[in-house]
Order: sequence, then C-alpha cells, then structure tokens
Amino acid sequence: MEEYKPPPLPSPFNNTTPPPTLLTQGAEAHLYKTTSLNPSTPAALKIRPSKPYRHPILDRRLTRQRITSEARCLAKLVREGVSVPALLALDWEGHGGTEGGWGGAWLMMEWIDGPVVRVVLEQWEAWMKQNQDSLDESQIENEEARVRDLLRKMGSAIGVLHKAGVVHGDLTTSNLMLRPPVDASGAVGGAGSPSTEGDVVLIDFGLASQSNQDEDRAVDLYVLERAIGSTHPRSEPMFDALIGGYRESYKGALSALRRLEDVRMRGRKRSMLG
Amino acid sequence: MIAIGMEGSANKLGIGIMLHPKDGSAPQVLANIRHTYVSPPGEGFLPKDTARHHRSWVVKLVKQALKEAKVSVDDVDCICFTKGPGMGAPLQSVVIAARMLSLLWGKELVGVNHCVGHIEMGRLITGATNPVVLYVSGGNTQVIAYSSQRYRIFGETLDMAVGNCLDRFARTLHISNDPAPGYNIEQLAKQGNQLVDLPYVVKGMDCSFSGILAAIDGLAKQWGLGGEEKAREDEQKPLDSTTVADDSLESKPTRADLCFSLQETVFSMLVEITERAMAHVGSKQVLIVGGVGSNERLQEMMGIMARDRGGSVYATDERFCIDNGIMIAQAGMLAYGTGFRTPLSESTCTQRFRTDEVFVKWRD
Repeated sequence: MEEYKPPPLPSPFNNTTPPPTLLTQGAEAHLYKTTSLNPSTPAALKIRPSKPYRHPILDRRLTRQRITSEARCLAKLVREGVSVPALLALDWEGHGGTEGGWGGAWLMMEWIDGPVVRVVLEQWEAWMKQNQDSLDESQIENEEARVRDLLRKMGSAIGVLHKAGVVHGDLTTSNLMLRPPVDASGAVGGAGSPSTEGDVVLIDFGLASQSNQDEDRAVDLYVLERAIGSTHPRSEPMFDALIGGYRESYKGALSALRRLEDVRMRGRKRSMLG
Repeated sequence: MIAIGMEGSANKLGIGIMLHPKDGSAPQVLANIRHTYVSPPGEGFLPKDTARHHRSWVVKLVKQALKEAKVSVDDVDCICFTKGPGMGAPLQSVVIAARMLSLLWGKELVGVNHCVGHIEMGRLITGATNPVVLYVSGGNTQVIAYSSQRYRIFGETLDMAVGNCLDRFARTLHISNDPAPGYNIEQLAKQGNQLVDLPYVVKGMDCSFSGILAAIDGLAKQWGLGGEEKAREDEQKPLDSTTVADDSLESKPTRADLCFSLQETVFSMLVEITERAMAHVGSKQVLIVGGVGSNERLQEMMGIMARDRGGSVYATDERFCIDNGIMIAQAGMLAYGTGFRTPLSESTCTQRFRTDEVFVKWRD
C-alpha cells in the first residue's frame, strides 16, 4: 500500500515558517498546529480539504455550510462564556498550493494546551489497574473521588454549552480537553496518578448545531454515555457524577435528563424494513 | 459440495448453483440464471403480482439451472433460500418452492439472510478480505463492517433505501423499468451537466433520502418534466440534446439534468458515510454490493475517495451485484459447512431480518 500524502495546504499556510504540523486526520478534516500572527502564539488549524469525488459546486456548498456553521457555533459560545477555543480566522474558499486551485476551507482557533479527557481517563484506569493491590480502601476512594470530580466538571461544561443553545453532535472523551491551571505545580494525585486539575474545554464543533430541544440535548448525553461505556469501562459506573454536574448547571437540565431516559430505552437502531 | 440457491425477495427470481470443491480450491459458479418481473413505466412492482411471477417461473428456472450446471438432483447437497429481509409475498412463494424441493428430493434446507448473501458473494468475487461494505439496493442502504462474528451496521438510511429513491424518481419521469429503472436513470444522467440544488441529508453515519425525493419530484413538476408525454418527447429527440447553454444555472434544467443532480447528490452522501466508517474502523478496502452498486458513477466516486485514503474499491458487475441465486447458495454453503441447518418446521421467511442478527460462524 502506498503511503498516504495529505493534500496541499491552502494559502497562506503553504509558505509559512515553520510549516504547520499535522496532528490528526479524520474523515472530514485535518488538524494542524501552526502559529497565529507571531511565531510565539500557537494556534490550531482545522482544514477541510476539497473532496474530489464530489461535484465541485456541491463540494463548495457543503464545505462552506459546514465551516461557517462551526464558526458560528464557536463565536456564539465564546460570547456566552462557554469554555471553547476562541475563533481566530477562517476562509471558506481557501486556495490550494497548486495554480491557485481550490484547496479547501480552513478555520483557525485558539491553541488549547493540555490532554484530551480520553487520555486522562485511560492513564488513570491503567494506573489504577497497576496499583490495585498496593492501595488501601481510603486511597481508592480518594482516587475515585477525583475522577468523579472530573466527570462532574465535564457534566457542568456540557450543561453550560446546552444552556447557550448549542448541541455538540459528537460528544466523546476525545472531544473534551483538560486545560491545566496556569500555576500548576506538577501532578497532584501523587506517585504517577494523572492530574485531574483544570478546566474542561469542549472542542470539535464540526457536527454541532444550534438547538434548544430536549431531544437533541438528551441525544448528546446518550452519545457520550455510550462512548464512555465502550472506551472507559472503569469510569462508566461514575457516569452519575457527570449527570449530577449537568443537573446543577442550568434550569432546563431536568427536562433534558427526563428525555435521556426515553432515549436510552429507545436505543439508536430501529428494526429494519425489507 | 453443491448447493442450489433460491432468491426472490424482490422483483428478481434468481436460481443459482454453486460448487465448493472438496479439496478446498476456489468455489465455482455452475449456473446463475435470473428472471425479472418488469412493471410498465410509471409503475412499481406490487407484491401480489411479483409473487405470481415467481410462482409461475420457479419450476422452469430450477430445471434450466440444473441443465445448465450439468448436475443431477443426486449431486445436490442442500437447498438454500432467502429467509429475509424482503417483500412478504414474493419471499413466501420462493420459500414454498424451496420446501417443496426439499421434501421431494430429501435435501436439507438452509435459510439465508439476503444482506449476508450479498456480502459473501462480493467477498468471493472480488477477493476483498476485510472490507467496509456499502450495501445499496432498492430495499436496503447500509454501511457494514465485520467485527467478532457479526456483520455490524455502522450507518444506514433513516427512511427509504437509495435504490427506492432512484426507482421512484424514474416513475415520476415515466422512464422504462426494463432492464431496471436505476440503469435507465444512469444512462440519462450521462447527458446531464447542470447541477440543481437538492437537500443533502447526512447525520453522522446515517443518511436520509425521502426529502430529496420530494424535492426533486417538486422540481420535475415545477419545470413540467414528469409524465408520459415528456418521456415520449425524450425518446423522439436526437441524442445530441446540448440545447442548454453551458453552466448558465438559470436555464431550464432538462430531464437528464435532474437525473444527473439526483445521482451526484445521493452518491456523494453514500461515499461520505462510507468514508466516515472507514476512518472509524481503520480499514482501507471498500466493497460495494447490491443493485445500485452496479452504477458506474457510484463506483467511480468511491474509487476516488478510496484512492485519496490510500486504499482501493472492490465492485462487481450486474451478474453478481443485482439479486441472484448464487449469492444465496454461497452464503448458505458457508453456513452449511459449519453445521448450520434450517429444519422444515422453522423454514419460514420474514420481512424484517437485520444483517447483524446472523451469527457468522465461518469467519474469525
């Protein structure tokens, strides 16, 4: 199998020094780390390359729709004081590196330092498994209390998001980051247990939409519940802490949580017709 | 080992005979015949008429298949039939025929899931080992990947199947149903070049087509392009229908333009959800099966997407893509080899039979 080559970067990123570094590649977008305005300000660059299989008119229409909808959500959330990366710049018709061709749209955001929650939970679960035998009951309780606290913070961050009238559409622990406090002096949990200090920041609003409906909010929570269940089995029993944090975060939370019960019962898949 | 496969879940009646050599070499197709119930332009096929068609043809086709395969009844090991999903009445008429043959010849029955049949036939013909499967036909639209003994559904349509959407638009335009409405849409779309705006409905890995059909039916009505008369005009017109000024979006779309736009839109949606599933499971192979899978534009688009991901696309032609008997024989024989049997008392059929209900014992 030949090696994958990412498509050329849209201008001006095709001649910035140092060149942006590719962090992750999804089905839709590529995420790069670059700098904004001066070389000491890091920034996250999300590029939606053009899809050559699509008709060019359809391709532009969809890319523009999606990038502007993501930008609108981010701008709105920053205004409402929700902790999300700030929007710095965007171009829905970025020009490619070759002959001024259409290279895809891009969106530049504030750089968030810190790990994603998935990594924190994975490290914690691994650490717990490793030290299971050497910990006494009160230490285990202490450890679990810290993770419950993290889940509570996640719940309340999602609550604030929903309160602002936006649903995320793809909540997983990979789309939640933990920004450590500025004056952090190393890990708190002692001997290698990962820190859970800091603010929870929501990222990747590629599938987000503006909605105030209980149904959409409940589906958001349900998707996250399923994601935690499949990737962090040890943290799953503590999901009620997340629900607790969510419940206290805004007034409409109760009715969204009631709806969550229905969504759970329904599951995602209906029975198929012929 | 020789198996007869009997398929009749929609308007095609297919009888196929497959041979799995005892020495474990590649399976062979001994006979693959099909008879299609074609309804007049502007109409779909009704279950009762389709069932009548199957009932009156099944004996003839089985006899012909045995003759073509040059095997006698004694050589046959098992009789495989489509258990579901599909239209009730046509399924029933084929199940009754399968049961009758089983009692008459004293052969064992194997009930097969239609979707699994498509997947197994596609894997056999193309040699794809562990692909993400896009199964697109008149009744189904699913993105499937294999994981621990099940074909798991990652994404699917939330309402109608993509083939149904194309077929019903063919009805609006009174396009012929012979050999298949989707095939005639594909040919007409080749003359179109103007893209009209249609809804684009993808939700995660799922998609929806009913709104698109309503929108394009509305456009056909608005521009007066539907109905019998327009279809006749189209037939009489010479092929060089380049009367439309290039790229001027305000000009009136033609029937060909509508077919072109419909295909471009729905196929983009299918490629997008397939790409998302590929990124999710980390696979580089795509296999397209089902009747719509024989559309060359869909294959081309999927090929471009796969190439950009450093992978490849596997597709088959109409003999294996469109419903047929050998796919039922192939999937049935794989199950038969692991000891699976369908006793006479359980040889029923069902309109609803999800792909992930089947325990895939023959793969690891």
